[in-house]
Amino acid sequence: MQPAIKVRDLTKRYDEGAAGNLALRGIDLDVHAGELLLLMGPSGSGKTTLLSIMGCILTATSGSVRIAGREVVGLSQKQLPALRLEHIGFVFQGFNLFPTLTAAENVELMLDLKGVSGGKAKRRAEELLDQVGLSPKSESFPADLSGGQKQRVAIARALAGDPQIVLADEPTAALDSLTGKTVMEMMGRLAHERGRAVVIVTHDSRVTPFADRIVRIEDGAIAPHEETAAVPPGVLTQTAQPALGLI
Amino acid sequence: MPPLAQRNLFHDKVRLAVTLTGIVFSVVLIVVQLGLFLGFTTATSNLIDHSGADLWITSQNVPYVEQGVAFSERKLYQVRAVPGVADAQKIITRFAQWKRHDGSQESIQVVGINVDDKLERPWNLVDGRVEDLKSPDAVILDELYKQKLGVSHVGEVFEIGHFRARVVGFTHGIRSFTTSPYVFTSFKNAQDFTNLREDQTMFILVKVAPGADLQRVRRDILAHVKDVDVLPTAQFSRMTTLYWMFTTGAGVAVLIAAVLGLVVGFVVVAQTIYATTMDHIREYGTLKAMGAPNSYVYKVIMKQAAISAVIGYALGMVVSIFVVHGSEKGGAAILMPPSMAGGMFFLTLAMCVGAALVSINKVTRIDPAMVFKG
Repeated sequence: MQPAIKVRDLTKRYDEGAAGNLALRGIDLDVHAGELLLLMGPSGSGKTTLLSIMGCILTATSGSVRIAGREVVGLSQKQLPALRLEHIGFVFQGFNLFPTLTAAENVELMLDLKGVSGGKAKRRAEELLDQVGLSPKSESFPADLSGGQKQRVAIARALAGDPQIVLADEPTAALDSLTGKTVMEMMGRLAHERGRAVVIVTHDSRVTPFADRIVRIEDGAIAPHEETAAVPPGVLTQTAQPALGLI
Repeated sequence: MPPLAQRNLFHDKVRLAVTLTGIVFSVVLIVVQLGLFLGFTTATSNLIDHSGADLWITSQNVPYVEQGVAFSERKLYQVRAVPGVADAQKIITRFAQWKRHDGSQESIQVVGINVDDKLERPWNLVDGRVEDLKSPDAVILDELYKQKLGVSHVGEVFEIGHFRARVVGFTHGIRSFTTSPYVFTSFKNAQDFTNLREDQTMFILVKVAPGADLQRVRRDILAHVKDVDVLPTAQFSRMTTLYWMFTTGAGVAVLIAAVLGLVVGFVVVAQTIYATTMDHIREYGTLKAMGAPNSYVYKVIMKQAAISAVIGYALGMVVSIFVVHGSEKGGAAILMPPSMAGGMFFLTLAMCVGAALVSINKVTRIDPAMVFKG
């Protein structure tokens, strides 16, 4: 089966010419459906740039990026939104919920973009919020939700478009250990139970136990020989347990 | 569509209040200025438009009705002899001095008519009858100018020139564009009041026979009667209006003020919608990251502009109606016909939507990658 995301010899240079900043160089990466992949590395290593290119938000300078089998390098800016809407859901570090809309309306907004509105959108939004355990909070505004609840609304919103790919940028950075664990369990279920390709950019070493694969990025390239398989989900090392607040 | 536009708009009540204040100011200013313009244009040609005549005969090169030049009244009989003329009457309109009881004087425009005829009769009488002008020294004036002329009731006697004038009635709504009110009287009285010779008149009004060709009658009068101009009523009305509104600059001044109102409204709305857009810029970036096309984002902003326009227009109209009603007793009428009120709605909408284009330009250039910055 072809990968959900296939990256070959990807390069990204900011600004033109030799003086430009080479943010990514020669990236080769596959992400499969049903897999939870972590992108880790120091600040400025290019993780978010790579995520943005996979998310069809930034364009590559050269190389190939195939999303659900479709080549996206070379597409115009006007063509990319439709691709994102079709295939990709986003979860952001800052949640990025719309503060003047309720939890349900935030999810309905995504559905509206997909052409689902009215009663059908309301019902679907309720279902999705129920799946993330937030039915009682569907009429609450983001200001009345905790960090973990906001992130769960964001996950429900990301799933509203029924994307094959979910990209998350530091989804646990603003959360405490327990809440972060809940969110990661949810992300894990997206991959393992619902067959999505999930890519998470993170600095948070607490989330490594949830990953199927960890790819480290350093200075714009995948660190050689550091593409490691994570400890299988559910098997926690002694050092990981305190970090997750479980002991 | 979830109510993102409305919620964002009403979220910041202070900013919404500023936006609406700007729109209300703009609407009221434009309505007042255009209403004044309309009131002025109506007032400048009131006498001509209500004359009931099809043609006005004047001395040559008379540019507007207040600049009439006296000519021989014998021309009236020449005019009556022209085929197609159903009726022709002498009319005087001329400035004179009205003497108040306290001794001070006010300028007036005396309008002298044939009381037995239908042409140039005073209209909208609220007290007295036109026929009362047959009695000696009788005059009718508009109730709007009672205070200016020191008049309180019918029957009072004043002086015009050195002649006695007795008030026999009042009209409502006959405004003069100049500061000199119209005072209607008989043709004979008018000659006395304005020091015109017995064999003179200022204008001749013509009613064309039914079925007769107006232009043909006009040409025939010109051929039969020397040293006069023969002007269709609409043309003379237009000439008078154009003189007062544009040659004097009065009309240009109010139109400039109206344009200024539009500019102020545009600037205020553009600024507040832009500020609201900047406040929610991350949300628009998120929308774009989620895959919303630019048109979706434009719709949100345009909806905000349209909602602001509708509310601002409604409030502005309420204020404008009060102002218009308040002007009825004033020296300058502010008119607001239904067509103007309807037109103002579309102008307000266009102003707000146009102002939102500044924000549209901004969100078009949003880089959705901004959502990844903390």
